[in-house]
Amino acid sequence: MSTHFFADTSVLLGRSMRHIFRSVDTIITTAITPIALMLLFVYVFGGAIRTDTENYVNYLLPGIMLIAIASGIAYTAVRLFTDLQSGIFERFQSMPIARSSVLWAHVLTSLVANGLSLLIIVLVALLMGFRTSANVLDWLAVAGILALFTLALTWIAIVAGLSAKSVDGAGGFSYPLIFLPFISSAFVPTETMPGPVRWFAENQPVTSIVNTIQDLFAQRPEGGDIWVALAWCLGILAVSYAVATAAYKRQIA
Amino acid sequence: MATSAIRVKGIEKSYKDLHVLRGVDFEVEPGTVFALLGSNGSGKTTMVKLLSTLLKADAGSAAVEGFDVATESLQVRQSISLTGQFAAVDEVLTGKENLVLVAKLRHLKNPGGIADELLAQFGLTEAGSRKVAMYSGGMRRRLDIAMSLIGDPKVIFLDEPTTGLDPEARLEVWQIVKNLAKKGTTVLLTTQYLDEAEQLADRIAILHEGRIIANGTLAELKQLLPPAKVEYVEKQPSLEDIFLALVGTGTNNGAEAANNESVKDRS
Repeated sequence: MSTHFFADTSVLLGRSMRHIFRSVDTIITTAITPIALMLLFVYVFGGAIRTDTENYVNYLLPGIMLIAIASGIAYTAVRLFTDLQSGIFERFQSMPIARSSVLWAHVLTSLVANGLSLLIIVLVALLMGFRTSANVLDWLAVAGILALFTLALTWIAIVAGLSAKSVDGAGGFSYPLIFLPFISSAFVPTETMPGPVRWFAENQPVTSIVNTIQDLFAQRPEGGDIWVALAWCLGILAVSYAVATAAYKRQIA
Repeated sequence: MATSAIRVKGIEKSYKDLHVLRGVDFEVEPGTVFALLGSNGSGKTTMVKLLSTLLKADAGSAAVEGFDVATESLQVRQSISLTGQFAAVDEVLTGKENLVLVAKLRHLKNPGGIADELLAQFGLTEAGSRKVAMYSGGMRRRLDIAMSLIGDPKVIFLDEPTTGLDPEARLEVWQIVKNLAKKGTTVLLTTQYLDEAEQLADRIAILHEGRIIANGTLAELKQLLPPAKVEYVEKQPSLEDIFLALVGTGTNNGAEAANNESVKDRS
């Protein structure tokens, strides 16, 4: 069964990468809303927001990247749903291939596509004055956490793609995820929020991830945040992977 | 000992309270065309999905080329190809890329060469470098079937291959099925068109309310009814004849249409 897993996954990855490069708009639109938010917050609201960083872009960038990922994974759900609708999913499943490679190809595509969107966002942030003293290891740590976060959310997208009844349903599940960074430390420090909101903001996954990345960029010693962030990512990944596997099994009951 | 290409015994399948298949039995001899005839919702597609290991049966057993669909699904998938109800092609890729994709997934050598050969065989050479999104329904179906032929599977499932096609494209698909039969491929075809089963199939089984209610050659099925009486009917050209004459298809298809007509007259 697994003998052809890597060969099949890479062939199918090549297929969906073609999809992406033939509709580059999916990468642009994934990047454009977060960039617009970044412009809005830095040049409109930013003057009124007090953070302890030297410039607000430095503070904002990690949260903007998480918003980009949360909106970018919706395309994975839509692409998978389209495969199911068009019958090509069934064609692949009726062929002598490693069957799980069909899902893994979509997951890896999500990692690559989101990575490209994030690259565009970082470049724009640099133009807007983002500066970091982070070294290569810090950057690798940031990339690793972002990749893990993407992976965890992408498996949620796989669940949505497998169980959606319409394209709108397949894409729409990500709206609450996009909203999460707003109620976190991504835009303003949580200390300014009223009690219950502050409690929620400080105990949801986005805040720990944002704090970790902010610390890595600023080369501050991370507190316990990195472990909380990793635990959240791995926890979400484990649950979403299990639910996705169950949803997949229902398809071929 | 010659084993059946497909052997189905007591297959049952329900979706919640809906009993789609209620004990289906049939066998298909190697190298023959077998038509599963039935109206919409009779369970034809469910049967094809069970045989192509996309669904699991609630009861009964089925084997393709001697391999059990439940326990030896990988070997089954090595022996078959599925052409589903809707052309399962990738719209973003070109025709050639679609063929190369399947050839690579079947781990064949020289996928590009295989693709070119099939494009030529199915009259798609010129369209091969265009995106499938720009193809007509007939071209999509031809590409779809071409994708199913890659790797020379011993058994091919065609689930309503001509539904939604115009008359010309339908005749093209019929010709493809006839060529497959000539090559010795076993074909299981589902259709709701009686003339399609009559034209193509060596044996015809009628699936109705989840059971096979008749199974035999066309001649055998005809004997189920009282003998034909002779009536004289003025022969009118069918609309299909008129359509095909007016749009002026090639001689090949014209002959096909005439042949088709003479078969209809006999009944």
